[in-house]
Amino acid sequence: MSDNASSSDTVVQIDQLSLDFDTVDGPVHALSGIDLAIREGEFVSLIGPSGCGKTTLLRVIADLEKHSSGKILVNGVSPDQARQDRSYGYVFQAPALYPWRTVTKNVVLPLEIMGLTRSQQQARAKKYLDLVNLGGFENKYPWQLSGGMQQRVSIARALSVEPQLLLMDEPFGALDEITRDHLNEQLLELWRKTRKTVVFVTHSIPEAVFLSSRVVVMSPRPGRVMDVIECNLPSERTLDIRETPDFLSLAHRVRQGLKAGHSYDDE
Amino acid sequence: MNDAARSQGRIFPVSVIIVVLTIIWYAGAVYLNSGQLIDRYNKRSVQWDITQLAADAWSMKRPVLPAPHQVARELKKTVLDQKITSKRSLIYHAGVTLSSALLGFVLATALGIGLAIGIVYVATLDRSLMPWIIASQTVPILALAPMIIVVLGSVGITGLFPKSVISMYLCFFPVVVGMVKGLRSPEPMLLDQMHTYCASRTQVFFKLRLPSAIPFLFASLKVAIALSVVGAIVAELPTGGQGGLGARLLTGSYYGQTTMIWAALITASVVSATLVSIVALGERTMLRRLDGGQVARA
Amino acid sequence: MNIFSSTRISNTSLAGALFIVLGLFGELSSAATWIDTPIGLVGLGCVAGALSVSGLTTKCSSTNRAISLAFVLVALWAAVNLAHTETVMGQVSGGYWCFVIALALAIWATMSRFAAITPTPGVGAFLYQFLVPGLFGVWLIVLWELITVGLGIPRVLLPPPSLVGEAIASSLGVLAADFRQTIIRAVLPGFVMGNLAGFAIALWADRVPFLRRGLLPVGNLVSAIPIVGIAPIMVMWFGFDWQSKAAVVVIMTFFPMLVNTVAGLGGSSAIELDLMRSIGASHWQTFTRVRLPNALPFIFNALKINSALALIGAIVAEFFGTPIVGIGFRISTEAGRMNMEMVWASIALSAVSGSLFYGLLAVVERRATFWHPSFRQLSAKRL
Ligand SMILES: Nc1ncnc2c1ncn2[C@@H]1O[C@H](COP(=O)(O)OP(=O)(O)OP(=O)(O)O)[C@@H](O)[C@H]1O
Ligand SMILES: [Mg+2]
Repeated sequence: MSDNASSSDTVVQIDQLSLDFDTVDGPVHALSGIDLAIREGEFVSLIGPSGCGKTTLLRVIADLEKHSSGKILVNGVSPDQARQDRSYGYVFQAPALYPWRTVTKNVVLPLEIMGLTRSQQQARAKKYLDLVNLGGFENKYPWQLSGGMQQRVSIARALSVEPQLLLMDEPFGALDEITRDHLNEQLLELWRKTRKTVVFVTHSIPEAVFLSSRVVVMSPRPGRVMDVIECNLPSERTLDIRETPDFLSLAHRVRQGLKAGHSYDDE
Repeated sequence: MNDAARSQGRIFPVSVIIVVLTIIWYAGAVYLNSGQLIDRYNKRSVQWDITQLAADAWSMKRPVLPAPHQVARELKKTVLDQKITSKRSLIYHAGVTLSSALLGFVLATALGIGLAIGIVYVATLDRSLMPWIIASQTVPILALAPMIIVVLGSVGITGLFPKSVISMYLCFFPVVVGMVKGLRSPEPMLLDQMHTYCASRTQVFFKLRLPSAIPFLFASLKVAIALSVVGAIVAELPTGGQGGLGARLLTGSYYGQTTMIWAALITASVVSATLVSIVALGERTMLRRLDGGQVARA
Repeated sequence: MNIFSSTRISNTSLAGALFIVLGLFGELSSAATWIDTPIGLVGLGCVAGALSVSGLTTKCSSTNRAISLAFVLVALWAAVNLAHTETVMGQVSGGYWCFVIALALAIWATMSRFAAITPTPGVGAFLYQFLVPGLFGVWLIVLWELITVGLGIPRVLLPPPSLVGEAIASSLGVLAADFRQTIIRAVLPGFVMGNLAGFAIALWADRVPFLRRGLLPVGNLVSAIPIVGIAPIMVMWFGFDWQSKAAVVVIMTFFPMLVNTVAGLGGSSAIELDLMRSIGASHWQTFTRVRLPNALPFIFNALKINSALALIGAIVAEFFGTPIVGIGFRISTEAGRMNMEMVWASIALSAVSGSLFYGLLAVVERRATFWHPSFRQLSAKRL
């Protein structure tokens, strides 16, 4: 196994990974022959049409789904071991907050489970709520917050575990465009500050190109990697960059990749 | 959402319904008692008219259906005019019923929650237990009651406990059903999230499943506590002599004392309604503590 | 998941093996040893077989499951015969109980094996879903037999199922008459009338908000009343025959149906109703297409609650006066004559009828409200 962990700074190493779901009407090939290596500090987006297996791939990394064949290492160990080491934080599509817990109590939930002391819990909750600009809302209940604020609580909660790896499944999918733009900027800022490794699932081409250092284009039936596009946009970027020719040509390449996936499908 | 405004809108219709029901009751008393009375008039060949009939129907000694004021008088006689410790006091009998109902309710809650946890956590129990729990409820409990009392009596357990066992038998069912539903109510996403936190089963239980189940639990407890009173009354039927509202019902039906039956029945309803509202109060406080009452409304 | 369950089953098997050994060394009964009773040895052997097949092999194939099921069935048969052996009956000792515990563990291990798989749909799967609860039920009855016969419990206290079975077989005619009197003549008409009346009043209350606001709190209050108490009154009003029982059933089933239907009809979301309004649907169209389907789970809930209530109500009412036929009558008179086998036979009759009725309702419910979340596949993870 150890010879396979190619270099020390590879956070996620995936080789020829496939996954079939057993359903009542036969197996569904959700993922097939995926090869992907994610290096430390990268921001990688997974993009592709609905049902192409983005969520499934993320869930395999998070040990929420077992792969059928191939190899996967997270931090050089199996996903199960990585989970037990608490080496990643997972942000779900919906905020997944507990209505009976205040904002702070929601953020400290994983810390309670890890068995941190109360003062450590409070310190981390404060730190990460401030980081997502939610200072002052500590004692509100989730249902007293807007959708965007709820999702930021959810991100703060994932960060509070202080993982090296952040897995995000369409965290802004349910939000309006303006809130989304705003959170995209905040997330980018966060990534610059913390230099976490981020795997980010999205449907939106501009979002993927704007945030990522690499965009992985996937195609459906069976889910596989069509193209991997390096984005060398300047690290100090604002939303205005979306009008620049560099950005537009990257977005065009992503779109081409998505189209290629479809034509392949029709043959 | 405004409770005060909502109950304002209810008081008038509820009063109207109650007035209508009372009128129907009085009319029913005339109708049901008329047969006996007319027979009697004919035998003695007395002249009678409808006012005479109504007046007699509402003041019979052994009416088929007593009028509301007769029941009220009986209630006053047996509730207010008696010492609480007297065997003729309905409060005494209500107390007997209440104590076995409450013990049965507590036992049933413990049993129901225990079974629900087993069903939710152990696949084999999930597959095997539920049909038999349902079947247990189709066993006529009144039939089992004397036997439970005899069997427990033969191993030296007498008094309150056998009656409570019968109460428990009736009311553990809603607790199991509600609790299983409640413990399974967390969304898969929240369970997945717990998995990513590497939470133990105990942690998932206390931090996620149990709080999610609380609203379901209380809804069931309200049904269960009303059933516990039914159970206690049913249990008192075969053990007649020892008192309780069930014993009053049986005595009333043996001696054709309908007023006594109705008084016992109304006392039982008051006991039961009071218990339900106490549980409802507990529910409201608990839900408010859980989430400011937000989920309770949903 | 798999690793987990197989270790658990192995633990079961280990415990089972321990009890087999303990049982072999322990005394079977005060009059017999294991060596004298070949049927006991057969039982022990089959328990051991079932435990080893279902526990000690890590692979869980369908042949494995079938073999362990066969072992368990033979062991159950042997256990019953063992309990009925002259030298064992009523004088059992520690070894016997160790055997019973080992048998329980073997059945648990076998049930776990069957519970762990979801079969592919088809006729097999339909029958298959009855297998685990069926085995569990058989075990409950056998356990009852083993305890009552083993301890020699007097039959006036608790008769063994075998005697109850004989009573059922020898008095089919009487039981059929009771069934007709209580179920066909009292419970069914009462159930239909009570539910229809509750449903009709709920529809009316639905059209008339005033009625709804007045009737619901009263209905909630009335459902808190111990309605069994009206049984003596109904007997007084409607006489001893089935009419009074049907009347009790009507009253018992009326309020759950009323309250549930009103709640269900009010349960449609504003979006669904707005959609119907936007396409110009009439009141009736909205009712049949949106509000009734949304109310169906509630209505079935009431029907299921009522199926148990109706049976209890009718039988309780028979305790307050009845012609000389009916399940409640049978139970009270036979109990008076200390003929407990017949009492249990009547209880079994009522439980079986009630369960079948409930099962039928559950099947219809599944057909009618298949879209409801409670019928969709549950998350497989057992955290
Ligand atoms: N639990 C499951 N059982 C069976 N099939 C599944 C399951 N989960 C996902 N699938 C199938 O696997 C495929 C990939 O699903 P996945 O959720 O990963 O898609 P996705 O790319 O995240 O789509 P979307 O963008 O719509 O979220 C789909 O065809 C889906 O039907
Ligand atoms: Mg997805």
